[in-house]
Amino acid sequence: MHGIGVFVCHCGSNIAATVDVKKVVEMARLEPGVVHAEDYQYMCSEAGQEKIANAIKEKNLTGIVVCSCSPRMHEATFRKCAEKAGINPYMVEIANIREQCSWIHKNIEEGTEKAVILTRAAIAKVSLNTSLLPGESKVTKRALVIGGGIAGIQTALDIADAGYEVDIVEKTPSIGGKMAQLDKTFPTLDCSACILTPKMVDAAAHEKINLYTYSEIEKVSGFVGDFTVEIRKKARYVNMDKCTGCGVCMEKCPSKKAKSEFNSGLNNRPAIYTPFAQAIPNVPVIDPTQCIKLKTGKCGVCEKFCQAGAIDYKQKDEVVTRKYGAIVVATGFEVIKLDNLEEYAYSQSKDVITSLELERIMNAAGPTKGHLERLSDGKHPKEIVFIQCVGSRCDESKGKPYCSKICCMYTAKHAMLIRDKYPDVNVTVFYIDVRTPGKNFDEFYRRAVEEYGVNYVKGQVGKVAPQPDGSLLVHGVDLLDGKQLKISADMVVLAAAIEPNPSVRQIATMLTASIDTNNFLTEAHPKLRPVESPTAGVFLSGVCQGPKDIPETVSQAGAAAIKVVGLLAKDKLLTNPCTAKADELLCNGCSACANVCPYGAISYEDKLIVDHGVRKTHRVAVVNSALCQGCGACTVTCPSGVMDLQGFSNRQIIAEVDAICR
Amino acid sequence: MQELIRRMKELMADGTVQRVLGWKKGDLSYNPEPYYFNTAEELDEFVYDGFCGANLSKYMVKGSNLEGKTLVLLKPCDTYSFNQLIKEHRVDRDKAYIIGVGCKGKLSPEKLKEKGIKGIKSISGAEIDGDCTELKIDTVYGEKTVAYKDVMLERCHVCKGKEHRIYDELMLESADTCDGDRFTDVEIIENLPADEKFAYFRQELSKCIRCNACRNVCPACNCRKCVFDSTKFDSEQKANVDSFEESMFHIIRAFHVAGRCTDCGECSRVCPQGIPLHLFNRKFIKDINEYYGEFTAGEDAETKGPLTDYTLEDLEPDERR
Repeated sequence: MHGIGVFVCHCGSNIAATVDVKKVVEMARLEPGVVHAEDYQYMCSEAGQEKIANAIKEKNLTGIVVCSCSPRMHEATFRKCAEKAGINPYMVEIANIREQCSWIHKNIEEGTEKAVILTRAAIAKVSLNTSLLPGESKVTKRALVIGGGIAGIQTALDIADAGYEVDIVEKTPSIGGKMAQLDKTFPTLDCSACILTPKMVDAAAHEKINLYTYSEIEKVSGFVGDFTVEIRKKARYVNMDKCTGCGVCMEKCPSKKAKSEFNSGLNNRPAIYTPFAQAIPNVPVIDPTQCIKLKTGKCGVCEKFCQAGAIDYKQKDEVVTRKYGAIVVATGFEVIKLDNLEEYAYSQSKDVITSLELERIMNAAGPTKGHLERLSDGKHPKEIVFIQCVGSRCDESKGKPYCSKICCMYTAKHAMLIRDKYPDVNVTVFYIDVRTPGKNFDEFYRRAVEEYGVNYVKGQVGKVAPQPDGSLLVHGVDLLDGKQLKISADMVVLAAAIEPNPSVRQIATMLTASIDTNNFLTEAHPKLRPVESPTAGVFLSGVCQGPKDIPETVSQAGAAAIKVVGLLAKDKLLTNPCTAKADELLCNGCSACANVCPYGAISYEDKLIVDHGVRKTHRVAVVNSALCQGCGACTVTCPSGVMDLQGFSNRQIIAEVDAICR
Repeated sequence: MQELIRRMKELMADGTVQRVLGWKKGDLSYNPEPYYFNTAEELDEFVYDGFCGANLSKYMVKGSNLEGKTLVLLKPCDTYSFNQLIKEHRVDRDKAYIIGVGCKGKLSPEKLKEKGIKGIKSISGAEIDGDCTELKIDTVYGEKTVAYKDVMLERCHVCKGKEHRIYDELMLESADTCDGDRFTDVEIIENLPADEKFAYFRQELSKCIRCNACRNVCPACNCRKCVFDSTKFDSEQKANVDSFEESMFHIIRAFHVAGRCTDCGECSRVCPQGIPLHLFNRKFIKDINEYYGEFTAGEDAETKGPLTDYTLEDLEPDERR
């Protein structure tokens, strides 16, 4: 016999203001099986939990319904409470009368009606709940970091320093990421390479860190604590053990037509290359799309000149399979394509550049050796216009709706550096707002304006028109003066929006980690669990989660690392018992469920089935409950309804629907 | 046909097969029935003509559990169902010896009735050895003649082709019967306003008497225990309680066979109430083709159907628009 208790939370005024909680209690009492119902101001508080525990004991409750906030918020709290009071934690159901009810209704009648209905559904479901017991799974004490930029490096270093092994998988030939391309960093103006390179060296030298550069994630299976990952090590055509990094091959390579990715395509690199001089590992790769030997079979210059005999044209991609307990995504960002923002004439003039390209121009190791010059004619520019929010805070047909966050600060940095080094250059910055929250950020921006005389104009640029004489006519508006402006500039720098690295979509799919409409990875909770993905065992570090600058990235990297360490420190994990289960008596063995299972959790066995005394061998589905994540894809695919999700059985769901429709 | 019978007897005699799954003469000449022939003598009752519309592939679910091999006769369209059953592990390829028999279109006794032909005693002109252009019917009211095509099943007018997708050997000639587009009827209904569409289906489905013939004959409906018979879901009592539940039976069935239905047309052929049930399935086939690219269930025994295949490249639902 059921004894169901219903506990309605006011959540202060969050629920009580839009839902008549007394009425919900009153209506709940009329439901079959309900022997106890009460309300309280904060059910999740210690006093509230005590009320639940007391009622369970005094009235011998078999199941409880808590009408409160989203189960994502407090289901675990109430399950623990029920367990302490002596009933199975899976005999708890939550009726979400806050997010799904009080917060979206304004009218108390409507809110109350819906709360009553949701409560009724939860009562109907809990009457069919059964006690479930979680299983246990092991923890592989090694972490995988996807992406070798500053986010990935820092996460790996912090995990490794705590004593756990870490692999970094980086798809380019060297770790370092976008930060390696930067010249100086705001707001202190230290040289980016000077602070990054030592970290790169630390990561490479750390005995607990293993680098897979020029490698990509091919396949991920498994679950928290026990992931199996296939990593494709792309053929470098250079033997990493033999190469001394002397660089002769790069000098001698006759194919020098490929655009240098590291220099944002502003100059060329050979077919055999390291992205930059401080690359780690300092072992070049051969770009098979550019190498004459690999394309035509003739050449072999690098092989001839390599004293170490490290060149190996026959090298093949290699797939290694490794086990991990936790995975950190640190895939970073790319600058958006400017195809939809043709008004800025990026594709029409070499002198319209992005800020990342300016970083390379300003850098001593860059294509112009650090001299500020126009890419079209090499002349020293006298008038430079910066345009902010290019593709940020913008209509989605042209760019991104969000603020890229870093552009205000790096533009101030660029403007300041140019005015410092070349006081003869006039610098104008067009902005919508200048956003400078952050320690010493506003001071930094004020210095650019007040000490360095950068001309900040509030307003947007409508058009950049390349002129026959090579200059660029910038049509803008000064909103504070209410005047149209036309500036004849020698160079225009676009603070282009940043977007998550496009590869993140596929990685997210492999990890079953969710992404938002802008392809940023979603956090488990935007405020309280910002470095965890909703997928257990997957953590987020750096811009893949949202735009952020270097200090923020480094702090988040550390936060992700401590979450990983917290997981790897455990010897065993409890597994979710809400997994699928097949009814062997009825299973057809048709494979439909296995075909749709994203986790590879279903296999088939020929089993001897005894049905009412008839013994027959049938092909039946078997679920590996450690692999099953309880997504329910199989339950809706099975035509005979053989697959059922424990804790969310078809019967329970239909009972809820019936209760709602009653 | 004599050649076919001779070959079947030969295969039985040399022990290649233990039995034959074919069609047996019925009480009425236009009503042959599926039958397991266990002896050579029984084969004297065998028939294969224009009225042998029944798709025998589903009977091999049972055949796969019998001792030794079963010789099964499959028409070109039946082979699609057979492949689909192999894919779903419901029939055992190694337990079947398939003779792919030719087909010149199958006949509809209903259409004969519509032509006002009653009191049928015997029929000639439907033998596959012949040219199948004219049907002669000897009735109690005298002899009648009708063009073969005029009394052919709807499904044969939109035939998928006369190529057998799986077989061990082929016998008898086929003739191309396709002279229509199978999605025309679906498009007509798609273009109806919502209320007319609803009224159309309510009208058609209200004729249902829940005899389960469509489900029992359907090769895709091969579950060990159908959800509508199972006591697990509280659904077995619901059918026929009211007309709405009755409609749900057909809609749920259409969902269950979506992506697996080969459009063999058996559901409509056997429906005693003449409900055009195949239209539901064709609508799903059309939608699947449009959303996921052309897919023909049962074309082979390996390719996963688009609805039961998970790949990393799968689009999110909102990206399909």
